[in-house]
Amino acid sequence: MLNRLTDTLNFQTQALTLRSERQRLLASNIANADTPGYQARDIDFARALREATGEVGTPGAMAATQRGHIAPLAGARGESGKQYALQSQTSLDGNGVDMDRERASFADNAVKYEATLRFISGSVRTTLDAMKSHNQG
Amino acid sequence: MSMFQIFHVSGSAVSAQSQRLNVVASNLANADTVAGPDGQAYKARQVVFQTQLLGAGNDSGNAGVRVSNISEDQTPGRRVHDPKHPQADADGYVTYSNVNPVEEMVNMISASRSYQNNIEVMGTAKSLLLKTLQLGQS
Repeated sequence: MLNRLTDTLNFQTQALTLRSERQRLLASNIANADTPGYQARDIDFARALREATGEVGTPGAMAATQRGHIAPLAGARGESGKQYALQSQTSLDGNGVDMDRERASFADNAVKYEATLRFISGSVRTTLDAMKSHNQG
Repeated sequence: MSMFQIFHVSGSAVSAQSQRLNVVASNLANADTVAGPDGQAYKARQVVFQTQLLGAGNDSGNAGVRVSNISEDQTPGRRVHDPKHPQADADGYVTYSNVNPVEEMVNMISASRSYQNNIEVMGTAKSLLLKTLQLGQS
C-alpha cells in the first residue's frame, strides 16, 4: 500500500533530479560560450529518465554491492552518454555553443523543472487530503 | 544537490568576463599612448579563456571558465610622422600603441552580453532553488 503512495513520488523525484542535472549542464554551456574549442553538451532526457526509472537497462552501469563502492553515473547521464550538439554555424575558434539554442533549452528546462515541482506538491497534497478524515473539513 | 553548482559555474564565467572587460578598458585607455624612451609602445592585451572542470565524481559535468593566459598582441604599433613630437625618433616618426579601438569596442559588447547571460542563468537557478525550498508548503 505504502509503496503505491511513493511510486508516483519516486518517478517525479527522478525527473526533478534529471532536470537539475540538465540545468547544470546547460549553465556550463552558457558559461563557456566564449571558450575556444569548447563543445556544447546535452543529456537525452527521455532516455535518461527511462533508465533512471528502470524501464530500460542502463548501459555501462556498475553494481555497488558493498559499502564504499563507487557507482559512477552511467547511461545517458554518464560522461560518455552525453551528446555533443551539432554546430549550426561553425566558428573559427572551434567553439560549438549556439547561444540561441542554449538559452531556449535553458528556459524550457526551467519551466519543466517548475512543472515537476508542481506535480510533486500536487501529489503530496492529494495524499494528505486522502489521509484526512471526513469531519476535519 | 546539483543545482547549487550552477552558481560556481556561472560565477566563474562572470569573473572571467569581468576580467576580459578590465583588459578591454586598459586597452582603450592606452589607445593613444606613445612609445616610451625604450621605443616600446603599449601592446594590446587579450584574455584567453579555458574550460575549468569543477567538482569530481558525479558532479564532474561542471564546466566553469577561467582566464588561462593574457596574451600581448605583437603586431608593430602605428607610426606617425611628427618630427616636432618630443617622443619622435631620429627619422621623425612617433610610435603609438597597436590598440584597434573598433576591435576593442566589439570585444567589450561581446563580454558584456556574456556577462548578462550568466547573471540571468544565476537568477533563474536562484528562483528555481527558492521554489524547491517551498515544496510541500501550501
